[in-house]
Amino acid sequence: MIVAERKTIPELVEILKPHKKILALGCGTCVTVCLSGGEREVSIISSALRIASRVQDLSFEIDELTIERQCDNIFIEQAAEAIQKADAVLSTACGAGVQAIAERFPQKPVYAGLNTTFLGILEERGIWTEKCAACGACVLHKYGGICPVTRCAKRMLNGPCGGSREDRCEVRQDRPCAWQLIYKRLKDINQLERLKEMEPAKNWNPSLSGGPRTLIRDDHRV
Amino acid sequence: MNANNAEPKIVAFCCHYCAYAAADLAGSGRLQYPPNIRIIRSPCTGRLEINFFMKAFEAGADGVLVAGCEEGSCHFKEGNYLAKGRVNATKQLLQEAGLEPERLRMVNVSAASSQKFAEYVREMVETVTKLGPASNKKTNTKEQTGAIQ
Repeated sequence: MIVAERKTIPELVEILKPHKKILALGCGTCVTVCLSGGEREVSIISSALRIASRVQDLSFEIDELTIERQCDNIFIEQAAEAIQKADAVLSTACGAGVQAIAERFPQKPVYAGLNTTFLGILEERGIWTEKCAACGACVLHKYGGICPVTRCAKRMLNGPCGGSREDRCEVRQDRPCAWQLIYKRLKDINQLERLKEMEPAKNWNPSLSGGPRTLIRDDHRV
Repeated sequence: MNANNAEPKIVAFCCHYCAYAAADLAGSGRLQYPPNIRIIRSPCTGRLEINFFMKAFEAGADGVLVAGCEEGSCHFKEGNYLAKGRVNATKQLLQEAGLEPERLRMVNVSAASSQKFAEYVREMVETVTKLGPASNKKTNTKEQTGAIQ
């Protein structure tokens, strides 16, 4: 899922200051699951903004709405009326959702209420960790299902780097060494032989280096 | 509470199994504590969400007291630990929004601790009285929904 965290209230007040009628628009998918931009979080952020507005003598009028997905036109339509009524939209979706709303409503200022952080999973209650860098050329099959591009701080494809201590990463000692995990995993599934293969330098073309990516599926087009 | 009326309004969320029973016992035992609190009984403090506290402040509360079981003796095992985290997160939010975090406090009382409950209420009223009215009530009071009476 996409993981995000909320911007601070002073940051949001600064962004929203020029506006009066604001729609706080939540998203019911990834950011609901990572507890940063769903219906409940929209309610919390809106309350905080109303309090801040009164404390600072601003005149925010905040409406709240949460739709199933902000990155999908079908669901955006359900918010159209509320968006038209507002002077500005504070979207608590990921960056994709915010941009989808902005594209659909060219005359309406749309602001991001969250910082979109990474693609990851819920590790344990209240802890999310990054697992995928969306590099565009997956190598997980070679590394026992553990991604060195994302989880090795040095992104080494031929690791380990030699700097790890015990099973800890040299760069961040609160994180495990990805290469230690890869070794253990390959050993467990009897694929240690894979480590004898030299991996050439990664081709970053499918990644962001070529600008924003587009995926076209002719089998789904008419 | 406003400038003309110095009586603070405090919302107390009390857990059914401990703090609410302590408040009840305080009543039965005729213990005196300030009448500034409005008690809301909750099945467990773990049921309380951050937006419950925020809504209370938004609706005009000057302070919010969250009273749960003693740590380690929650009827639902970990509800009061959940509440503790949420109270701390709300304090951070209040500070960001411009209200003093001391306006929100979590306490732990057993069902038998009526004296302690009364003392916590007195302390809370004292703290909030010192802080004065919550400054988010200065303007736009019309906008507040479900204002606390």
